[in-house]
This record gives sequence, structure tokens and C-alpha cells, in this order.
Amino acid sequence: MSAILTLESLSVTLPPGADRPHALEDVSFSVKANEIVCVVGESGSGKSMTANAVMRLLPAGVVLDRGRVLFEGRDLAQADEAAMRAVRGAGMAMIFQEPMTALNPLRTVGDQIGEMFSIHTDMDRPAIRARVLDLLDEVRIPEPAQAAKAYPHELSGGQRQRAMIAMALALDPKVLIADEPTTALDVTTQAQILALIRDLQRRKGTAVMFITHDFGVVAEIADRVVVMQHGRVVEQGPAGDILNRPQHPYTRELIAAVPRLTAPAPRKLTDATILSIDGVSKTYRNGGFLGRGARVTHAVRNVSLALPKGATLGIVGESGSGKSTLARCILRLIDPDSGAIVLDGKDLAKLPGSEMRAETKNIQMVFQDPFASLNPRRKAGDLVAQGLMVHGTPRAAALARARELFALVGLDPASAERYPHEFSGGQRQRIGLARALALEPKVLIADEPVSALDVSVQAQVLTLLARLRTQLDLSIVFITHDLRVAAQICDLVAVMKDGEVVETGPVARVFGHPQHAYTRALLASIPGRDFIAGRQAASA
Amino acid sequence: MDAIKRYLRSPPAVIGLVLLVVVLAMALSAGWLFPRDPLSLAGRPLQWPMANPRFWLGTDNSGRDIAAQIFYGARISLLIGLVATLVSIVIGIVIGALAGYYGGRTDTVLMRLTEAFQTLPNFLLLLVLVAVFGSNIATVTIAIGVVSWPAPARLTRAEFLSLRNREFVQAARTLGMRDLRLIFGEILPNALPPVIVYASVVMAVAILLESALAFLRLSDPNVASWGNVIGLGRDVLRSEWYVSAIPGLAILVTVLAVSLVGQGLNDAFNPRLKGR
Repeated sequence: MSAILTLESLSVTLPPGADRPHALEDVSFSVKANEIVCVVGESGSGKSMTANAVMRLLPAGVVLDRGRVLFEGRDLAQADEAAMRAVRGAGMAMIFQEPMTALNPLRTVGDQIGEMFSIHTDMDRPAIRARVLDLLDEVRIPEPAQAAKAYPHELSGGQRQRAMIAMALALDPKVLIADEPTTALDVTTQAQILALIRDLQRRKGTAVMFITHDFGVVAEIADRVVVMQHGRVVEQGPAGDILNRPQHPYTRELIAAVPRLTAPAPRKLTDATILSIDGVSKTYRNGGFLGRGARVTHAVRNVSLALPKGATLGIVGESGSGKSTLARCILRLIDPDSGAIVLDGKDLAKLPGSEMRAETKNIQMVFQDPFASLNPRRKAGDLVAQGLMVHGTPRAAALARARELFALVGLDPASAERYPHEFSGGQRQRIGLARALALEPKVLIADEPVSALDVSVQAQVLTLLARLRTQLDLSIVFITHDLRVAAQICDLVAVMKDGEVVETGPVARVFGHPQHAYTRALLASIPGRDFIAGRQAASA
Repeated sequence: MDAIKRYLRSPPAVIGLVLLVVVLAMALSAGWLFPRDPLSLAGRPLQWPMANPRFWLGTDNSGRDIAAQIFYGARISLLIGLVATLVSIVIGIVIGALAGYYGGRTDTVLMRLTEAFQTLPNFLLLLVLVAVFGSNIATVTIAIGVVSWPAPARLTRAEFLSLRNREFVQAARTLGMRDLRLIFGEILPNALPPVIVYASVVMAVAILLESALAFLRLSDPNVASWGNVIGLGRDVLRSEWYVSAIPGLAILVTVLAVSLVGQGLNDAFNPRLKGR
């Protein structure tokens, strides 16, 4: 079958002063009808820019300067705006990563889908309404009539993404461009959306250009794969070939960095408990006047867990499961309503403010977002030395110690003089780790420390964490939504759902022989699990 | 450094800066160009500008040199502008920071107080303060500062509300920092740029408020201020209009300079908002 969409040596120039002259250089590949082509790469590889270039939706200052984009034989690189408007939506449609920001918050979902028809066709209102309901039914939104009348914030993330897909498929486009459509979703929702896209694509014969950073997703959905790095295509071919016999070293590196699901050989754990969480609850009440019409959210419900000395306890769960709230309760960033948090014999939940401040040197936290968790107005060295200074170390000594910590986490001690924005995401996360370790804590709480990082960087940070915990005899509470990451680093794992721990135990048992239905559902939803398992079998 | 470069690339901002430097030069050179007391009698009253080479901006209805008063007046206006702005920004930041950081009841109490101040027209409040505490230059300046803090307080509060739950603030809390150090050491430096930009508006308004007081002859009569000259010129407005017009022009130029600089700072600090 001939290609519907062909990119011929496409080049896109970035404005002067950007980190490289070209966003895309000499990118060529094609998408045929009824196939899914996955464009894979890490952040900065130019994969999203490729999608934007095809749709001619480039940011200001970014210019498509060479090459052709052939869509049904027409060159879109030369087409004028009027021609592009006719192509967008009707010929080629796009779905985005974050459905909340891609939908207009002030208009109902049904309205926004209907708009596709009022722009591109001359259907009358009742016909449009019926068509919208059909579409919502097609993307399997429960109760389509209700969903059509709902505003975006009234739907869950998965339902919003379904609505986006309904909108994209409204006019039966020849090509669907999906830019990381499942990255912001929970793993179980992700599995459903991937299945939906695959199913719709099969039925309608649409050509799909699917952009992702996750090789698990690639294994799940791709017919063909295009691997990108620094704005160039380094390798392309059928999915089976790329996944099982990658030729380019970068592809091999990326595939090797995908974390495996089976745990490494279990480590010996001591019986001594360093941190025990006993019946902790946290409830939020908001809205309502004098208790009427108030909404009550049980963020954490009666959670009890124990962390043996030197062990790593993983807390896994989807968004809204209460895992981050629990982490913040342990550190008293949020005051729990009830329960005890006993660290080395001392109940943190009952400490007054000043004693809790003193206690922070025994328990520290690493945050999720490497960009938001560092004060942009302080030098990296200052950030690491701050904790020591707060606890009474003189400035000069604290800064000297900060330099040692930089070396410990694998950063150049000379870079202590630089500001956070001069570091990459992975380096920033190392600064965050150095800051937490500066006080020589007994327990480290890590809240999704690697989920904002590219896979290759993720693997490096996990290795670093594993090294440091033996070197410094750290006990770690590791919070993550990614079961593959949990399997890599945790000794014990607790699965949380709706504020409760549904299952807990050694990682090999929980992942190998899950008892609770929810744990099983989570494990079954991991993208590319067969591929990962196959690779494990091959290398074993 | 980028901010400075961006600032210098905008022509209005540069014009504002030049005008401000000119006013500053006037203030600094006043004592050297006009060694005599600017409030002492210099010659025949109501001489038109350029009529007498000794008084190139003419004399007012008491026979005082207008040029000398304009130069000395620059000192007063800038001083009042700076001190009153400082007073209002400091009060505003403290109240806004506490309200924004602690939230809840603290926020409610402080914000109701702020609203109480905001609902009163600030010029009326200023008149009351001056009537009660007298009108020497120090009380006038402080009174102007005291009536202009609500807007900076609201601005600071809004910044704090968005910053207080950022991860870097939580991270600093997990290091065991005290609240005051969190507020003033960690959050405030990040909240400051918009407040500094707004300070230019406060300064322009402060200069205008002082002139308005002087026009009503409620400002300190013992200093040479632009407002005093305008107030004096009021009596001869229809015949010798230049007595009021010249200091009026000086106020216009200064306020324009300050607000151009403020706009320039805003664009330099927030380059992405420019052109919206």
C-alpha cells in the first residue's frame, strides 16, 4: 500500500540562541494507511517538533526551511494557511498529551466535538448532536449523553482523553497524530486508551503517527518504529526488528534502559524497624457552609506500614491513591488527623514544631519535579549547604561539605557555583538528592524521584540511589506510580488504592503472585509487559 | 544581565531612564547652581520667563525664583517618592507575605484590614492624617506611604499564594527551616520582581499625592516643592499661568519617567509577557 503521509528530508531551524541550530535535520519517514508508526525518542529528540511541523503548527521563530511533507501527494510544506486549515481536523487530526489543557474549560465536551462538524461540514444541529453521541459511544465513554453535556473538569483524565479522541476522529481523518496521548494517564487508563486507539485504527483503517518516549508503549502498539535522537532519525523499521534486533547503539541503549519487571535477587533484611507508620489517616474537607454541602476526601485511610532498617519500601499506586499525601504526612509537611509515625522510637506526629524541625536531620525527602523543587534564585552549592546551615553548621564548613556531596552524587564539585537552570533534569535530581543527604538522614522519603526523567537518565539515578543506600546505610520509602521502577529498587512494596493499602509484602511475592485484584489489574496494565518478559527470558 | 540587555533594547524604557537621570541631576546640582535659599525673595514678583536674564523661568507672585524652586523641588519630589514608596512597599510586603503564607484566619483578618483601607479614597485618608498629625515634610511623606500600601500587599499575597506550595518551599521546610526564614529568605526573592515593578506606580502616585496636598496648601510650606509653587500660582492662574504650568510640567516629566522605567522593568523581568 502506498504511503499517505511522507516526510522527505525535512529540516526545521530553531531561532538563534537555542541550544542547537536545527530542531529537525533531514528527517524522512512515511506512514501508510492502516498502520501505526511510533516515533520514539527522549526529551529534546525533536519527536513533538516533527508532529508540529507536519501540522504546520510551529512556534514563532521556528521555521520549516527544507524538505517536503507529502500528504496524499500534496506538499504541505508549501501549502498556504487556508489550505492547511482544510487539512487540519478533516485530513489530519491530532491528540495531545494533556487533555485538560487541550480542551476549552468553558464549553461542554459535546459542544467542542460538534464544532468540528460546524466548521468543516454543513450538517444541521440535530444531525450534529446525533453524530456527537455516536462518536462518544464509539470511544466507549460511559453514558455518552451525560458526557456530552459535561464540562472538561467534570470528566476523569481517561474520559477527557477519550473525548479528545472522539473529536480527532470526528471527520474520519486519513492520518491521526497522537503526541504522547497516554503519558499523563494512570497505567490502567493508559492500557485502555492504547487498546481503544488500536481498535479504532483497525476498524477505520486510519494511519497513526504515535509519538512516545516509552518503549513499553511501542511494544504494545507499533507496526513500525522511527527512533529519533537530537533531531535526526537514527533508525527505522518494522516494530519486531527494532525491538528485538536493534542496530543503532542509541536504540540499544534506550531498550536496555527500559526497567524490567522482575526484582533483582532479594537482599537480606534486618528485623529492626526504623520507621513505623501506625493507623495514619488524613481527611480533607472543602467547600460548604457550616458543614452543609461539604466535600470530604479521605486522602489516607488508616495506613499502617513498617520500614526495616536498611530496606527500601516502595509505595505504588495511581494518581489519587494517597501515596504523596502519605509521604507528606510522614515528614509533617501535612499534619495527619490521627495515627502515629514512629521514627527510631520517637512519634513524629505528636512533636511540636520546634522539635520536628530538629528531627528533620533524621528524615529527609527527595521531590518529584527536578525543576520546581530547587529555588531558582539560589546557587546549587547553597541549596545543598542550606540544611546544614539551618542545623548550625558554619557557612564555610557547610559549603565545603556540599562540594563533597556533589562528588558523592556524581556531579562536578565546581558546578556548585551554578544556578539550577544551568543543569539538566537528571543533574537537578542529583542536586535534590545531595540536599537530602547533606543532613545524613536515617530515612529518605523519595516521592516519584525519577518519573520526570528520560528512561536512560532514570536508570542512572536509580543506580546511584542503589549505590548510596548501601554506602550510607539508608532506609528508603520510595513512592512511584511505575511498577517497573518499583521492581528495580524496592525490597518491600505496598500497593495503595483510594487512600488504603490493599496489599503489602516482599516485591518478588507481590509482583510474582499478586493476591489483590487491583494489584493484578495494575500488573496487567504495564505497557509492553510481554515484550519485557520475553527480553528477560532471552537474557536469562 | 539578560534583563539589563532587554531593558536597554526598549526605546521608551531608555527615554524614561534618561528623563529620570535628568531630574536626578537637577536635584543634585540645585545647591551648586542656586546657592541662595530658594524661598528667599529674589526680585520683582511675576516676571515672565526669559524677561529677565537672572530669572530664566521667571518669578512667582512672592518674587521668588521659579527655576531655583524647580531645582530644589526635584529633591523634595524624589525624596518623597522614594521614602513614601519604601514605607508602603515594606508595609505591603510584610502584610501580604504573612497573609499569603499562613492563609486561613491570618489571611482573613489581614485582608479585611486591607480592604478597609482600600475602600476609603486614599486622598481623603491622607487629608485626615495630615490634619491630625500636622504637615511637616516627614509626616506628609510617611502619611503618603501609609495610605498606599494596600495594592502592594494584595500583589505580594497573590505571589505568595502561588509560591507557598511549590516543591522548593516544601523542600526548605523539610530541611527544618523556620517560618520567617522561609518567608523572607526563600519565597520573597521569588515574589519580588512584580512588586518592584509595581513600586514605580506607587512612586508616581506618591509624587502626585504630595503635589495635590501642596495645591490645597496642606503640604509643608517651609520647603520648596513643586506642589507649593502650583498652589501659589493658583491665585494668578488666568494672567500669569506659567507660575503653575512650569512646575506642572516638571511633575508630568517625572511621573512619566518613573512609569516608563517601571514598564521597562516589567518587560525586562517578564520578557514572555511582552507584546501581549
